[in-house]
Amino acid sequence: MSYMDSKMSQHGLIGSESDSQRTLYPYVTGTSVVALKYKDGILMAADMGGSYGSTLRYKTVERMKPIGKHSLLGASGEISDFQEILRYLDELILYDNMWDDGNSFGPKEVHNYLTRVMYNRRNKFNPLWNSLVLGGVKNGQKYLGMVSMIGVNFEDNHVATGFGNHLARPILRDEWHENLSFEDGVKLLEKCMRVLLYRDRSAVNKLQIAKITEEGVTISPPYSLKTFWGFSAFHNPTVGAEGSW
Amino acid sequence: MAKQHANWSPYDNNGGSCVAIAGADYCVIAADTRMSSGYNILTRDYSKTCKLADKAVLASSGFQADVKALQKQLAARHLIYQHQHNKQMSCPAMAQLLSNTLYYKRFFPYYAFNVLGGLDNEGKGCVFTYDAVGSYERVGYSSQGSGSTLIIPFLDNQLKSPSPLLLPAQDAVTPLSESEAVDLVKTCFASATERDIYTGDRLEIVILNADGIRREFMELRKD
Repeated sequence: MSYMDSKMSQHGLIGSESDSQRTLYPYVTGTSVVALKYKDGILMAADMGGSYGSTLRYKTVERMKPIGKHSLLGASGEISDFQEILRYLDELILYDNMWDDGNSFGPKEVHNYLTRVMYNRRNKFNPLWNSLVLGGVKNGQKYLGMVSMIGVNFEDNHVATGFGNHLARPILRDEWHENLSFEDGVKLLEKCMRVLLYRDRSAVNKLQIAKITEEGVTISPPYSLKTFWGFSAFHNPTVGAEGSW
Repeated sequence: MAKQHANWSPYDNNGGSCVAIAGADYCVIAADTRMSSGYNILTRDYSKTCKLADKAVLASSGFQADVKALQKQLAARHLIYQHQHNKQMSCPAMAQLLSNTLYYKRFFPYYAFNVLGGLDNEGKGCVFTYDAVGSYERVGYSSQGSGSTLIIPFLDNQLKSPSPLLLPAQDAVTPLSESEAVDLVKTCFASATERDIYTGDRLEIVILNADGIRREFMELRKD
């Protein structure tokens, strides 16, 4: 077997040459995206951090982008793969526009396309290392779905990626209800993002909230959440356990 | 230099259980609606059943992306069949197609655990049970998925199917009435939900009979 290996690596068929062509692990990553359906459409929130392992390398990464007229895409995971996906979608929307037939891709169509792309890349053992959140409104129908890097997809009234699954989803399961007003939706999203900020190591306190309704997409300018660190337990935290830190 | 192995898996198990029971002139196919990943619940409202033809309904659990791709493949092949033969595929025909489709990916399998239920050409209920690479068998009842180990022994006890090795071959379909079979299915899932963390939320039951197709739902424990 090792003779075969050495012969094959001479021809560049296996070994480091061809492996460098496939994604093995992510480099610059974004953390959670949280989204929910509300009365008029979808609200989505994501912070603007791009981490390089444990370093906070980029602090103004826009992880949510409008797609066509009816959809909004948020991504966590490898940022360069997200940019690649945006290029694919750009081409998709362009060809759709070129038909010039008055029809345009809604969120269902974009979600289906993304699912196919992610699944096919996974089949080739070269995944796009992202968890995508796709929300939109078309003809009064609200749509919110998620696709993972291996092609697992579903729709729901609220979704979250990464740490958001563990920390935000339970809050949403408890407090989400049909026909949330815009203000209540934003308050609920901010509650989720605040918990993530406190407890997710890769979260940064600079976020955007995006809204998509029948009228179109609005992405807020970046802002930060108010936090509170004045708990008495945080003063002299080692008073109960001498020697710890 | 040693070949680097992927540190991610192309598979995931999204959990859930499926059951099908064949009767004299009906077939009951059921699956829960929970979709999980590891210890997370991704959604409580996801259907695992898929109507492939008028008389064939597939219930699959396992890796959801593969299940979706498999359903898409079968639906596309069914459409071609309809164009070529000007009729719907029968359940036994769909059963063979499913087996061949699964074996086609023998060396990178669809991680899907399937139960196909429907009515055969004589209008009798039929259930086909599969493994991930396509070996299949016609049976009177079956269960696949995360709760199958809990459900199958219970069904064995309640439905007392004759041995498939007997000669002459005896009918495996249950003498129970349609409503009794539906109640049995509800009991199965209520029990499986208690002990299997991946089964729960809601139960979707599809009933196929001479009059057509009907759907029922039942709430299950959400913990």
